[in-house]
Amino acid sequence: MRWGVVVFPGSNDDQDTLWAIEQVLGEPVVRLWHKDADLHGVDVVVLPGGFSYGDYLRCGAMARFSPIMDKVIEFAGRGGLVWGICNGFQVLCEAGLLPGALVRNRDRRFVCAMSYVRVEDNDTPFTRLCRRGEVLRIPIKHGEGCYVADATTLELLERNRQVLLRYVDANGRATSEANPNGSLDNIAGIVNESRNVFGLMPHPEHAVEKWMGSDDGLKFFQSVLAAQRNPGTTDRTAVAPGH
Amino acid sequence: MNWENMVRPVDEYHAIEHGLTPEEFERLCGALGRAPNLVELGVVSVMWSEHCSYKSSRVHLRKLPSTGPRVLQGPGENAGVIDIGDGLAVAFKIESHNHPSYVEPYQGAATGVGGILRDVFTMGARPIAILDSLRFGSFDHPRTRYLVDGVVAGIGGYGNCVGVPTVGGETYFDAGYNANILVNAFTLGVLPANRIFRARAAGVGNPVMYVGSKTGRDGIHGASLLASAEFRGEAEEKRPTVQVGDPFTEKLLLEACLELMEEDVIVAIQDMGAAGLTSSSVEMAARGHTGIWLDLDQVPTRARGMTPYEILLSESQERMLLVARAGCEDRVRDIFAKWDLEAVVVGQVTDDGLFRASYAGREVACLPIALLTDEAPVYERPARPPSDLDVRQQLRLDRIPQPQDWNEVLLRLLDSPNLASKAWIYRQYDCLVRGNTVVGPGSDAAVLRIKGTDKGLVLSVDCNSRYCLQDPYVGAVIAVAEAARNVVCAGGEPIGVTDCLNFGSPEKPEVMWQFVEAIQGIRDACLALQLPVVSGNVSFYNETEGHSIPPTPTIAMVGLLQPVRAFTTQWFKSEGDVIALLGQTREELGASEYLAVIHGQVAGVPPWIDLAVERKVQEVCLRAIREGLLASAHDVSEGGLAVALAECCVTHPEAPLGAVVELPASMRIDALLFGESQSRIVVSLKRRNWPRLRDLAQQLGVPCAMLGEVRGRRLVVHPWIDLECATLREVWANALPRRMEMAESRGEDRTQ
Repeated sequence: MRWGVVVFPGSNDDQDTLWAIEQVLGEPVVRLWHKDADLHGVDVVVLPGGFSYGDYLRCGAMARFSPIMDKVIEFAGRGGLVWGICNGFQVLCEAGLLPGALVRNRDRRFVCAMSYVRVEDNDTPFTRLCRRGEVLRIPIKHGEGCYVADATTLELLERNRQVLLRYVDANGRATSEANPNGSLDNIAGIVNESRNVFGLMPHPEHAVEKWMGSDDGLKFFQSVLAAQRNPGTTDRTAVAPGH
Repeated sequence: MNWENMVRPVDEYHAIEHGLTPEEFERLCGALGRAPNLVELGVVSVMWSEHCSYKSSRVHLRKLPSTGPRVLQGPGENAGVIDIGDGLAVAFKIESHNHPSYVEPYQGAATGVGGILRDVFTMGARPIAILDSLRFGSFDHPRTRYLVDGVVAGIGGYGNCVGVPTVGGETYFDAGYNANILVNAFTLGVLPANRIFRARAAGVGNPVMYVGSKTGRDGIHGASLLASAEFRGEAEEKRPTVQVGDPFTEKLLLEACLELMEEDVIVAIQDMGAAGLTSSSVEMAARGHTGIWLDLDQVPTRARGMTPYEILLSESQERMLLVARAGCEDRVRDIFAKWDLEAVVVGQVTDDGLFRASYAGREVACLPIALLTDEAPVYERPARPPSDLDVRQQLRLDRIPQPQDWNEVLLRLLDSPNLASKAWIYRQYDCLVRGNTVVGPGSDAAVLRIKGTDKGLVLSVDCNSRYCLQDPYVGAVIAVAEAARNVVCAGGEPIGVTDCLNFGSPEKPEVMWQFVEAIQGIRDACLALQLPVVSGNVSFYNETEGHSIPPTPTIAMVGLLQPVRAFTTQWFKSEGDVIALLGQTREELGASEYLAVIHGQVAGVPPWIDLAVERKVQEVCLRAIREGLLASAHDVSEGGLAVALAECCVTHPEAPLGAVVELPASMRIDALLFGESQSRIVVSLKRRNWPRLRDLAQQLGVPCAMLGEVRGRRLVVHPWIDLECATLREVWANALPRRMEMAESRGEDRTQ
């Protein structure tokens, strides 16, 4: 399958996402320039982390209006897989592809740290190789990662099993101390109702090599690959490699 | 002022206003054969400022060793460059942004990071790591929390947005910095060894091009004035002289420059840093022995009606000046346009050896390049030791009572902001972006991999300014030795140094003496450890209301680690591992953290150091790591052996491991536990590796003692210390957050 990574001016983790896909996963990947109104036939689009356009206005607010985003929205509408990481998640919320918003962290400070997230649902192309309840070690690094949404939206997210990841402690408990940014209900990642658009604040592309700290992030990449090869329903018994 | 008045000759009064001495003004008029006009005076005043001319330090800096088989570029360029083999090189430098950060902590620190990044990518290197060395006042001082908060946010705000990881650093708190903090930023980049870009103008007729942000009125005389005179408590009024950073534009500039550098269009390139357009153009011409002509009407400006004086002296950020090959102007414009940046021809390389600038069709400045650079004033200022040095260096140990409760002493030391966890600070920095970080902040040194190779880079920055205050020579020797030791503890072989020399006013003989002694110390240590100093920065006038800061010669060390997977960290790894100490403990407490925290004294001389011994200890550790013998290695520094052991227990990123050790009571217990004897490393290893380590140490004549083993969840130093690791960790981890959060309930600190 062909992966595409969008490069906005100010994207930073584009390099790392490309590395994960190309060097670690060994899959073909193309850079999609923000001024380009063409997805070049990719099967999955990744919006990487960084500070698109400097994020001086509101995170993701400018990137949403770049020429490539019209194509991404169209692609998502046709059921194409779209995956936003950190700033990419913020862009997806600004673009209306995912509900809710990401605002300043609870303590108003940027936070870079290893975090634990619990996989809440594996019935998506992004998490199908994870076990439900599995705890992953993946770093976070953001200043505006506090997920907020109105009560109705939160209720819908829960009812439709759209919350895919929650911040937890090492033992898998979603406590307030384990919540690094004040996100409502410890939400770290969500999927849209059609389950083809995924956004998360943690950085799986920074957890792809065990000797450098963790390779838990690989599971999302491998899930997407598996989903592409076998688009059937999730194998709920699947146990992710590496654990 | 009407700009036309600026081309009239000025007198001595104006010159003194610009920071020149009457003698310097006389010299200037003599060399020109006339009085300069105001524009020219502005140019001369910045080029002759301490910051740009190094007039007080130049004669001494020459003593530092700067050559070696790996050195591709020594001091004198935007950054030093060292060969790391297989066609690759690293460019690095450290620089201060002290006064701006005191005046406006967020922007001061942010633009400090921006400036050092440009210095490195100007060389053609992709920046891959930032380190910061910070010095703040005591937490008792009302401005400290505000400054810590702003500086840390500023470093993070800039580095995070540009997408270069901040992977390490150091932070100290001392009342000596209450009114003059230090913000020293280091950047390292990687480049092909045969593609180094330099700032040497060449090729008469080649176009001089201006790229990046427009020129505004911000920061006029910023670096040159702020950094070249002492404060008189007017921090607030000087805020307009601090520049404002735009990391997004920097990111675009970085990408555009690196893309341009892949083609053969650039002859020379230099960052517009301190003294902006003036220093970048003058220095490029000076290095290339050419002249340079600037058409100021072409310079993109942000504000209307900017005078030639303002255009030449603005320190607006995120700007570069480059000399392109004639005929390549469009290629430069195209690449910058791709990144939505301007690139404009603003002048030409000439052969007349002059700096000339035109405005509105009229020549507004005409000065010999040599007069602005090589022939700028150089001073060998008088130096003499402070009269109370002998008194300060005295320490009567028999008058220092030994405490009863050693557990309490250890906890109080771990609660000292100087020894406590700095996670509150470094959690605000992205230490991961670009995916090379093998070991981030929180160990002795940072380790980065270089993709596509099996090489790793090991980075550390160090200085104990209390040692330097008590004896600047020994303090500087220790700064170099410890920075190298930290690199060795991570498995790296030290290969190069950059230094940031922060001192008070060079016009005071006592400060000059500290400076000269420190240079000698760096020189001797670098010679002994065979390390070249390839770049650096001098920051004088770190004074407020007549008080100098403690002398602070910050040393940043770069090491090479191959294969990178052989890296080592400081924390204990497994139950049952043997704990051993390399090096010898002496009965010495002078200038220690223990003496300061527990007894409220800064007295005595720094620990004894013998560079031959230091070298051997480092060699044993490095060989042991290369042979795969060690599970952990940790330098023993401030707080001594007990604090080092506690750190080995609590710094494990997941689960702290305990230790049970026994120390022979061969001296005063406080010196044994908390003395800061140099050239010591705590290591842990599998029991089966112990005989080999002992043999290695014996071969090189390095003392090596088994202290105990990694065991349980308590730190037991028999028979004096017995504490839960959880307790140690809590005290150590909360010391900074507790003090910083006190500020948040006191709103007045944040609005100062």
